[in-house]
Amino acid sequence: MYSEKVMDHFMNPRNVGEIPDADGVGTVGNPVCGDLMTVYIKVKDNRLEDVKFKTFGCGAAIATSSMITELAKGKTIEEALRITRGDVADSLGGLPPIKMHCSNLAADALHAAIKDYVKRKEANK
Amino acid sequence: MDHAAGMPVDPRVFEAMKPYFVENYGNPSSSYSFGASAKNALMESREKVARLIGAEKPEEVIFTSGGTESNNLAIKGVAYRNKDKGNHIIATTIEHISVINICKHLQKQDFEITYIPVDKQGMVDPEKLKDAITDKTILISVMYANGEIGTIQPIREIGKIAHENQIYFHVDAVAAVGKVPINVGEENIDLLSISSNDMYGPKGMGALYIKKGTRIQPVMQGGGQERGLRSGTENIPGIVGTGKAAEIAQEEMETEGRRLSQLRDKLIKGALNKIARSYLNGHPTKRLPNNANLRFSYIEGESLILGLDMLGIQVSSGSACTSKTLEPSHVLLAIGLAHEEAHGSLVFTMGKQNSEEDAKYVLEVLPGVVRRLRAMSPLTPKEMLR
Repeated sequence: MYSEKVMDHFMNPRNVGEIPDADGVGTVGNPVCGDLMTVYIKVKDNRLEDVKFKTFGCGAAIATSSMITELAKGKTIEEALRITRGDVADSLGGLPPIKMHCSNLAADALHAAIKDYVKRKEANK
Repeated sequence: MDHAAGMPVDPRVFEAMKPYFVENYGNPSSSYSFGASAKNALMESREKVARLIGAEKPEEVIFTSGGTESNNLAIKGVAYRNKDKGNHIIATTIEHISVINICKHLQKQDFEITYIPVDKQGMVDPEKLKDAITDKTILISVMYANGEIGTIQPIREIGKIAHENQIYFHVDAVAAVGKVPINVGEENIDLLSISSNDMYGPKGMGALYIKKGTRIQPVMQGGGQERGLRSGTENIPGIVGTGKAAEIAQEEMETEGRRLSQLRDKLIKGALNKIARSYLNGHPTKRLPNNANLRFSYIEGESLILGLDMLGIQVSSGSACTSKTLEPSHVLLAIGLAHEEAHGSLVFTMGKQNSEEDAKYVLEVLPGVVRRLRAMSPLTPKEMLR
């Protein structure tokens, strides 16, 4: 059902964990629906220096979370905001159609974390 | 360990079926002698199934294409035929999806359905069922055992209530036939659905027991085979396979049941001991010998399945993420679990292919899979990860 790439990211997820002094945190999903994702970002000179995640959910939810951390790491804020759900799915060699909507939340979680970062920055001005 | 999803055909069943494809391809309806061997095979198979469920007469067994068709024939057949007496049917909230969808279909045709709730262990309260009876009630349909949470219902008691009120009693016994002893007479059952594959018979085969004298009509019109209740040329190889499967089940039920319940209890106890915040779904003792349904907090079932699959263990889950509808199992919701709890459930259905080694292996690797997923989950309390 899943591509090899999805299974690889599911079995060996990259960048699992929290960043205690994160500059931005984004959570999307809902355990009632079966998927909950939190993405943590550390920003230096407008670049995502570190990205980590924690996810409750199915194989696709975990694999997309892992993939988004790889896609986003080292990118500028602007570049990271351009990463779409489609990019995440493509990078994983595709997702089953039924999972495209419900479990492909990682890009949203990343964007939420960036929004949080921007908000915090504004507040500190 | 996902026997509920599909079982291999017992090699002895396959052997019994083989001659009926190429050599003995006769039609039991033919008058010449070539059809006679098919006719005999049909009769013998009927007797074997009847014996397994304690039916008085072999003619009370009708062969169908499986559990779903048997449920359709039983419920619609009785509902339509007895509409002159009433339009009320009682079922439970944990019935198999085929029964639930048949009831929904009948609801659109002016039938009224009452779904009796179950308790936390999945058990129907016969008193509640009794209270739901009206003078319009024509049929009560309760499953013998639930294939997902394993709970076995007080069938005899419910049947007694049905008969005291002159109401037909249908039992979907797909998950139970061949696993636990059933006696339609003693348990006051009028109609009983059977699936062949759930007792190591061929897929696409089943049977329906219909007690003599039951007012029922066919749901499929045709040439009048199976006492007019199930038209269409008989699937003789499938029927022979079903008969053989029933025969083997009857012979081996006791020893195999004992062996499986030991494996089951070992698996349940072991998992609950080794893994914190793990729970058993369904009844602790009144449950199918081959069923263990476990629930683990903070993680989701599909990822558990994948993790176990990578280690060579096949199981299933009640999580929405494994269903076509993206809804968690209606059975788990009916026993009062929250959606997020239902997502974290894992169903083991064991069978002849499973040994003590398998249970040991599961207990060896399951804690690690759970731990790994919990470490990833934002819901896991921090103190649990230390």
